[in-house]
Amino acid sequence: MPAWLVKLLFLPVEASSIAAEVDALHATIITVTMVSSLAVFAATGWMVLRFRRRAPNVTTPHIVAKRSHEAGIALALLFLFCAFWVVGFRQYLTIEQPPDDARTVFVTARQWMWKFSYADGRSAEDVLVVPRGAAIKLAMTSRDVIHAFYVPAFRIKQDVVPGRYTTAWFRAEKAGTYPILCAEYCGTDHSAMRGEVRVLEPVDYARWLDDPSRDRSGEQDLVSRGRDVAVRRACVTCHSVGAGTTTTGPSWAGLYDSYVELRGGTRVLADEAYLTRSMMDPNADIVSGYQPVMPTYAGTLDASETAALVEYIESLREPRDPGVALPKVRAVETSSDGGTP
Amino acid sequence: MTATATDLDVTAAPVPTAAPTSAKPSSYLTDGTTVRSWLLTTDHKRIALLYFVSVSFFLFLGGILALALRLEHLTPGPTIMSAYTYNRVFTLHGVIMVFLFLIPSIPATFGNFLLPIMIGAKDLAFPRINLLSWYIYLAGAALLIWAMINGGLDTGWTFYTPYSAHSPSAVVPAVLGVFIVGWSSILTGLNFIVSVHTLRARGLRLMKMPLFVWAIYSTSIIQVLATPVLGLSMVLVAIDAGLGWGIFDPSRGGDPVLFQHLFWFYSHPAVYIMILPAMGVVSEVIPTFARKVPYSYEAIAYSALGIAFTGFLTWGHHMFTAGISAVDAGAFGILSMMVAVFSAIKVFTWVATLYKGSISLTTPLAYVFVFLFLFVFGGMTGVAVASTSLDLHWHDTYFVVAHFHFIMVGGALTAFLAGLHYWFPKVTGRMYGERLGLVACVLVFAGFFVTFFPQFLLGNAGMPRRYYYYSPEHQPLHVISTIGALGLGAALLLILGYLGWALVYGEKAPDNPWGSRSYEWLTRSPPPTHNFDATPRFALGPYDYTRPDEDAHAHAEAPAQGHDHV
Repeated sequence: MPAWLVKLLFLPVEASSIAAEVDALHATIITVTMVSSLAVFAATGWMVLRFRRRAPNVTTPHIVAKRSHEAGIALALLFLFCAFWVVGFRQYLTIEQPPDDARTVFVTARQWMWKFSYADGRSAEDVLVVPRGAAIKLAMTSRDVIHAFYVPAFRIKQDVVPGRYTTAWFRAEKAGTYPILCAEYCGTDHSAMRGEVRVLEPVDYARWLDDPSRDRSGEQDLVSRGRDVAVRRACVTCHSVGAGTTTTGPSWAGLYDSYVELRGGTRVLADEAYLTRSMMDPNADIVSGYQPVMPTYAGTLDASETAALVEYIESLREPRDPGVALPKVRAVETSSDGGTP
Repeated sequence: MTATATDLDVTAAPVPTAAPTSAKPSSYLTDGTTVRSWLLTTDHKRIALLYFVSVSFFLFLGGILALALRLEHLTPGPTIMSAYTYNRVFTLHGVIMVFLFLIPSIPATFGNFLLPIMIGAKDLAFPRINLLSWYIYLAGAALLIWAMINGGLDTGWTFYTPYSAHSPSAVVPAVLGVFIVGWSSILTGLNFIVSVHTLRARGLRLMKMPLFVWAIYSTSIIQVLATPVLGLSMVLVAIDAGLGWGIFDPSRGGDPVLFQHLFWFYSHPAVYIMILPAMGVVSEVIPTFARKVPYSYEAIAYSALGIAFTGFLTWGHHMFTAGISAVDAGAFGILSMMVAVFSAIKVFTWVATLYKGSISLTTPLAYVFVFLFLFVFGGMTGVAVASTSLDLHWHDTYFVVAHFHFIMVGGALTAFLAGLHYWFPKVTGRMYGERLGLVACVLVFAGFFVTFFPQFLLGNAGMPRRYYYYSPEHQPLHVISTIGALGLGAALLLILGYLGWALVYGEKAPDNPWGSRSYEWLTRSPPPTHNFDATPRFALGPYDYTRPDEDAHAHAEAPAQGHDHV
């Protein structure tokens, strides 16, 4: 959309791949809004002048609508509104479905901060660093109340709900720094729950990744943390992680992104939401051929452990992990300042 | 039928109050003058006035809070209150305006006053339940206010879980207050539905009822069917917050999103509880001041029912960002468009009604024109947010705040003011000053527009609602909005002033000052206790302007044998 129009509508800069088309629909509907309300105003104003009362107690003609006219107007309006909906809903589907090549960043929200955990094990508070042009998928959960992840410049918003994973994705197209806001009221400092996305040019991003000054001790990537959690919490007693072995629970090997057949015949996609649900509420979906014997892990696994487990299961997409490595006890929390390029 | 004091009043008053002595016939206003005769009245007109005083008080209270919020936003940081107070003030503003002003505003005042008269009845079907509903309303309101003073409430009027279960504020009494107020709403709705079906005068078919009755009837359906769900969810929140059962708390196996479904199942239709009666007022005012039959009576009546029913199927559009499935989002998006179609049909019909009319631009009609402009604008922004993808940017921002204020203030409050001026002569027996009325109307429009139009732009710019701190670049728009709010407040005070003056010093109103054909104008101003000295014949429709006044009156004359004397 032209820059002057973006400015006229007070919109933030269009920094994501979907922003321009969303704004185009925005401008269209707002124009129709302005025109129709002014048209109604003008029509009433004209009629007040044209048909003003010139004498009291006059009679007026009995004019009533023809059914066909009414139906015509209703259908025309329905068509117009449905046209808006078709365009809007198609955009919505794009915004809701992350592309296959998206890289996942785990987001944990709590009163009143954001925490971003990258697949390589780093994590940072309130600052999300991403390369320009790459699709980034956010797998988000909250540790307390509902928050909402909102980047106005990307035109995306997604509630972040405790006890479940929600996802959002974006492809940033302009390097720069954009505010992250919490859009779901979450208590006293709701308006202070801010972060920022730093969109780096790919070369800068590569440099940031390899930053030699970064302290790597104590860092552990999410997959190996997830493997540790799986051993520590005895998940692997029941779930095999290699191919071919049948145990009490379904195997994790090749589970992620596959369709799972449930008792009763329905099939569900084993995505982040399914995996989290299965940990927190195991009896919600019973996999066909297995017994409902798994206890709930709600309250046992914290958000970072859950994220690590999901990432670990994701890494088992191809059945190539020969088994469980030696359990090593490591610090649970790792952190680094991921924010400084 | 008698128009003297009712039995209740005679026995209740310690000293029999003066019966009308002069030539002036008694009205419902003079029929008993003790405090007791008001507080124990079963007369729907007096109960309507009791409601009017209460809802006006809460409009005033909610308005003061709104001004406090606007003043706070004069600067991006702390201005006149802390974040802690700010969160309580915006919650209080929302709760008071929604549950104590907007929902009862038109139905419980004008609906209560006019519905029995418009169907030719002496009262509602259950006069004592009508009084009970006012007391229940007061009890709920008292509990709410008590909660506000003792601990406050900081959850927002939406009470989203699990925050409301953990909030340190007085959630339990507050939600129980809302629960109690809900009972009042259900009883009023039930009373209206039964009255419409059982108390219509002879010859008054459903399709001959004034359109305002259709609007109130549709509203009542929503009140009766949707409010129990709100009551249920409020009780569950109280259990969560008070006893810690964790029904909506995921850390104890509950589901926070389930609450949103339950809450919006009521609270979206509640929007139509607010706007449908407003549409009813518009449907009365336009034919009267254009002296014209509505372009399509059926379209207005059926679209009211259409809005009432499809309104039940759109709640999910509040949850596009909550993580609902794409199928849900799509379905709720397109169902929301249906409501827009029904609303737009009404607008077309209203505007077309003016065509070839004999239009007198009085204060009520001026408010209706303001309504039309703001309602179309606000409604179309509703279409915009229902277009799913756009909502992802606008959800929970000032755009949505502006959108629903356009509907609730620009729509419902404006129509409330239209109705207030339109029926003022009937209710009080006095005329207000037309000149000041029009001036105040222009001020209300200007104040409103300057307040809320900038908030659309704030939403576009990405400012979330319920924000205490905001980015400094948003300050100019906030300052403009605050100036508008002060203007709107001043205009409302002006209206309070001149209507109060007119109440005492206003010219005596004739029975039918506007020359309307609608049935409430067939009786005296103010009406007698049992509404009509003699039940008129409902020979003509309520919008028949094809014959002159004298002819129309002759058709409405009561048959001689049924004539009761004062």
